[in-house]
This record gives sequence, C-alpha cells and structure tokens, in this order.
Amino acid sequence: MIALSVYLAIFIGSFVLIRIGLRRWRARHDFTSLKTVTFGDESAVRPDRAASIISVVTIFLIWGAFTGSKWAPVHVPGPFLGDTQFTFTVEAPDGTRDDATVFARVQPVGESAATPDVPPNAGFAQDDAVTVAAMRSSLVIWDENDAINRTDGARVVAVEGQAVAPGATVNTQAGDVTLTARGTLNFAPAKGMQMEPIWLPAPETVLARAGEIAATGYQNFTLWEHLGWSLYRVIAGFALGALVGIPLGYAMGLSDWFRGWFDPIVEFMRPVPPLALIPLVIIWAGIGEAGKIILLFLAALWIMTIAARSGVSGVAIAKVHAAYSLGASKWQILRHVIVPNSLPEIFTGARVAMGVCWGTVVAAELVAAEKGAGMMIMVASRFQLTDVVIMGIILIGIIGYAIDILMRIAEKWLVPWKGRI
Amino acid sequence: MSTLSIENISMRFDLPNGSHVQALQDVGLTLNTGELLSILGPSGCGKTTLLNILAGFLAPTQGQITLNGARVNGPGAERGMVFQQGALFEWMSVRDNVSFGPRMAGQREAQWKGTVDHLLDVVGLRDFKDKSVYELSGGMQQRVALARCLANEPDVILMDEPLGALDALTREKMQGLVLKLWKETGKTIILITHSVEEALLLGERLLVMAPRPGRIHREYHLPFAEMGVQQDLRSVKKHPEFAARREEILSMIWDMEEEIMGRSAEATA
Repeated sequence: MIALSVYLAIFIGSFVLIRIGLRRWRARHDFTSLKTVTFGDESAVRPDRAASIISVVTIFLIWGAFTGSKWAPVHVPGPFLGDTQFTFTVEAPDGTRDDATVFARVQPVGESAATPDVPPNAGFAQDDAVTVAAMRSSLVIWDENDAINRTDGARVVAVEGQAVAPGATVNTQAGDVTLTARGTLNFAPAKGMQMEPIWLPAPETVLARAGEIAATGYQNFTLWEHLGWSLYRVIAGFALGALVGIPLGYAMGLSDWFRGWFDPIVEFMRPVPPLALIPLVIIWAGIGEAGKIILLFLAALWIMTIAARSGVSGVAIAKVHAAYSLGASKWQILRHVIVPNSLPEIFTGARVAMGVCWGTVVAAELVAAEKGAGMMIMVASRFQLTDVVIMGIILIGIIGYAIDILMRIAEKWLVPWKGRI
Repeated sequence: MSTLSIENISMRFDLPNGSHVQALQDVGLTLNTGELLSILGPSGCGKTTLLNILAGFLAPTQGQITLNGARVNGPGAERGMVFQQGALFEWMSVRDNVSFGPRMAGQREAQWKGTVDHLLDVVGLRDFKDKSVYELSGGMQQRVALARCLANEPDVILMDEPLGALDALTREKMQGLVLKLWKETGKTIILITHSVEEALLLGERLLVMAPRPGRIHREYHLPFAEMGVQQDLRSVKKHPEFAARREEILSMIWDMEEEIMGRSAEATA
C-alpha cells in the first residue's frame, strides 16, 4: 500500500514537474508538435523519454528504499536493532504479584550476540534476558529462573502494566509481546517496513550475486553457459520450426489439398499452449536436449506456418497476374514474388515465435533441466536464494528484449518496404 | 500481321445461392496489329472480365480467343498487362522491375540492358532507375509499369484502367505518353477505362459495353487518337466532334445506368 502510494506520488509529481514545470525548456518545433489534436491521434503520441527514465529510476528507488539499499538515498524504517526491554507481571497461586523485566538484544539476521547480563532482583519473579534476530521472534521462558514457576501455578497477568489473557498480544515500545496458550511470552521486536532479504534482496546484493555467479558459476555451469544453453535451445527449436513451418505455410497457401489436409491440424495445435505439451514431451523424449528442442520446435512450428500462410494470401493478386503476364514460371513467381512479398508477415511471425520460444524454454527448464536460465532460478528458489532468482528474472527479461530488438533491426534491413505499399 | 480475335465469348458462372451470373454474352471482335481499342461501359458490364479472359486469367465458358492463330490458354508473355495500381514489385528497384520479363526469360544483362535503358529514357525515369518503387509517386509508378510491360515486347498490351488512380494533371500527361508509346512501338493496345474522355482520346476504336449480360453495345471508329499523336491533347478535346461524341456516349451510358436502376427497383418492388 505504501509502495503503491509512493509510486503514484512520484508518477504524478514528476508529471507535474516535468510536463508543466520544464515545459519551456522542452519545447519542440517539429511537425507533430504543432498538432492540436493529440488525444485520439495515435501518431501524435510519442513516448516521453524523461518519463521512461524516471520510471526505471523510480522502480529501483522504491526497491532500494524498501530493502535498505545503499543506493537509495531514503529508506523506509528498518527493523529495530539494539537493546530494549519490557516488563511483565506474574501472579503467584496465592495471589501475590511481582514485576520483572525482559532485556532483549536484537541483532541482524545471521549475526550472533551475547545475551545481556541480568542482575538478580528481589521478589519471586526474576528478570530475563533474550537475544532475537531482527524480524524474527523469540520465546521468553520467563519462569526458568524464578522461585515460583508455571508448574507451581504462577502465570503472567500483565505486560507493561496491561492485563493479558493467553493468546493476547500487547504492543510495547520494544515490539509485540504475545502471551502464548502455554503461558510463555513470545517477543517479536518491531519489524519496521523494510523487506527481509529472503523475500526481496537489495539491488546491490543482486548485482553482487550476478558478479559472483558470472565469475564462479552456479550449479556446475557458468552464468554464460546457463544463458547460452537456453539461447541455443531457442535458436535450434525456432530454426527447425521455421524450416518446416515456412514451407508448410507456403504449401497451405498455394495448394487446395495441402490447405485442406493441414488446416485441421494447424487450427487444432495453434491454441494448445506449448507449456501444455511439456509433460508429453518429457514422457516421450525425456528431459534432455532433444525434449527441449522438440518442445520449442512445436512452439515455433504453428506460428511460422500460419505466418507463411497469411504471407502468401497477402500477396496482391495483381502482382501475381503481372508476373504471369511477364512470362514468369510458377517457380519464378514463388521465388521472385511470393517469397519476398510474404517476408513482412514471416518476420512478424518470427518475432512472435521467438518470444513464445523464449518463454517456453524458461518454463521447460523450470520443470526439468540440468542447465539453463530457468533451471538456475528454479534451483535457487529451492534454496531461498532470492537474489539469484531476481538476477535470473532480470537477465531473462533483458535477453528476451534484446532478441526482439535484433529481430526488428533485421526486419528493417531485410524488408525495407514494409508498411510502405 | 498478327491478329487478336475474340470469338463469341460467353461467360457464365454459378453463385452460392443457386442462381447464376451471365457476365458476358456473345462478345466477338477482331483486332489487327497496331490497333488501339478502348472499352467503356457502366460498372458491371463485364469489361474487366473480358480483359482477364484476354490475359488468360479466366477461362470463358463458351468461345475462344486466338492470337496469331494460336488459342489463348492461360497467361503468357505475348499478352502484357498494365494494372490500375499495386502490381509493381516493391522489393525490386525500378530497373529490376522493368527488366523482370527479360530476366525471367533467362536473358543476360547484356541482352536486355539496351532495351531497358531506352524504355526508362522514354518514360522519363532514367534518373530513378536505382530507386525503390515505393519511393516514387503514383504517376511515376505507372510509368514503371508501362516500361515493364513494354520491355517484355508483348504482341498485345492489355490495360486495366491504368490511369484510374492518378490525379487529373498526371493523368493527362500519361494519356499523352500512352499515345506516344502506341505510335512508337506499333503495339496492339486494349485499354479499359471509366472515363469517357479517356476512351475517346485513347481509342482508335471504341467499344461501349452494356451490362447484364455484358455485351457489346456499340462500336465507334474515332480519329482522335491519331490527332492526339500529332497535337496537344487539350486542343483535341476542343474539337467540336469530340464534344459531340462525348455527349452522345455519356447519355448512352446514363440511359444504361437508369435502365439498371429501373430494373433493380422493379426487382425489389
């Protein structure tokens, strides 16, 4: 809730500041800037790059602020660390009451600290000492050192002067103190608002972990081997899918018989998500490379088939007629008219197929693999290595994005006439 | 002497609802080499169907087409076609478009280079030969289409409203170019148009077709194409006979349109 409101505040604040405050310095004088109707004119909507930069910075800032990162200039309150204390009141069976104090020492997770010394005091209830890791809680067996203990019938009746019943919680300055059903006290020091590293590590931890894994590897393979194997599977599966799918799509676009024969198969397989095929592929081909590549082949095949088919049907009939009238043979028409004309559609299909393949390979590796980006994050999650998981997700995202950008560059280079016909 | 003869062509096909369409009925015509024929008629009179049959893209249900005695059976390089638009190959340069026919026929560059360069000169696109066709204006694209068709040296050139998508000024210039090419190359040209003026200017012979079923309504032999070769097209249009013919044909087509309207009104009533 707090993170969301901070996010909204930054969104609105930076909008006001940049769009209204800096309007004069950002004025542009190109044609689009003269359009008065921009609401509804998609071509007049250009991404504001300042917003993009602030957006990314904001994500890291909020991430840092809620994880106590060194990179973030401000943090939300962290967990309490140091010494604290609270009092409780014990009632003996005869009705006499005595107060005692619990001295608590809260140290960061994973560090050990000496239990504070407690001098003996008068009365039957003795003071107690306890060490707690930040964001954890600890049971206080308050009667261990007392003259009259729970087996004798003593019980806690109040904490910090507030009466408590078993199961009730008292919020003290030091943290939450709960009287358990068995009569002991459970002390949970104030947690603050930061996330524990086990849920969300700080960005610098993730970066450090990335450096460490890049240098020393993870689970018997280097980082580059993990990513490289995932990429290799995607490229091999996609290449096979394109190799079969494109000719099949052409055949379906050029022949009644092929169209009739493969239409039911393609239309049936298209809506089956590749992830649903993972169990079957594992049964048939095991969890090795063959199974992965078969899965990705199937993921790419139908997309490429449909792209090639619609590429053929997208050829303006006038072009085909013109080529026939110029004396071209069927083969020449395929090579010089149909193939180039279907390239834009095939590229669109290839971009979709690469995206689907990348998603599918990660999912397949999550299920079973010896190496690969998906396997890396799956294994890390079993060991609660959240930093590795987050690093893996970020790298998977970056690679997926890079693949799409490369495909777009290739498309611009190979199909310069796209959208200009 | 090459002759294109259209021998009593009829074309009739079934519709999914069980009825049928008589697109053409008993269309017959003979054309000699170097004749320029324009075909005019209201929409639905089957003129594009006729042209597609001539090109070999459609098969007639009766009758046949022969060119130089040989029966037309499918498309062929001896019958070139110029389309209204969108028939150029965007993935090729202007030069590759124009040389497409010779290249498909297996000619080497040395064999077609002269013709192609000459044609690019004639249509005024010498400086644009390495450009992509999508970089050209509509009028330039149609000039590429004309040059591409001529480079293949067909016996007959079929034009399906080749100037229909151009603006009035470009269209007038292109009409002059078509006449010039006709005279220079001596090709037989059949041109379909919606514009009465264009049909008069670009038709030594002019065929007015009537719809439902598509048939030849009337044929004219006109002097304007010859006149247009020698003088400015605008002065041809000022000729009193030109104006008279235009009025005559316009009212003829108006009558046909009204008849169709009346018929469909009856059908709905």
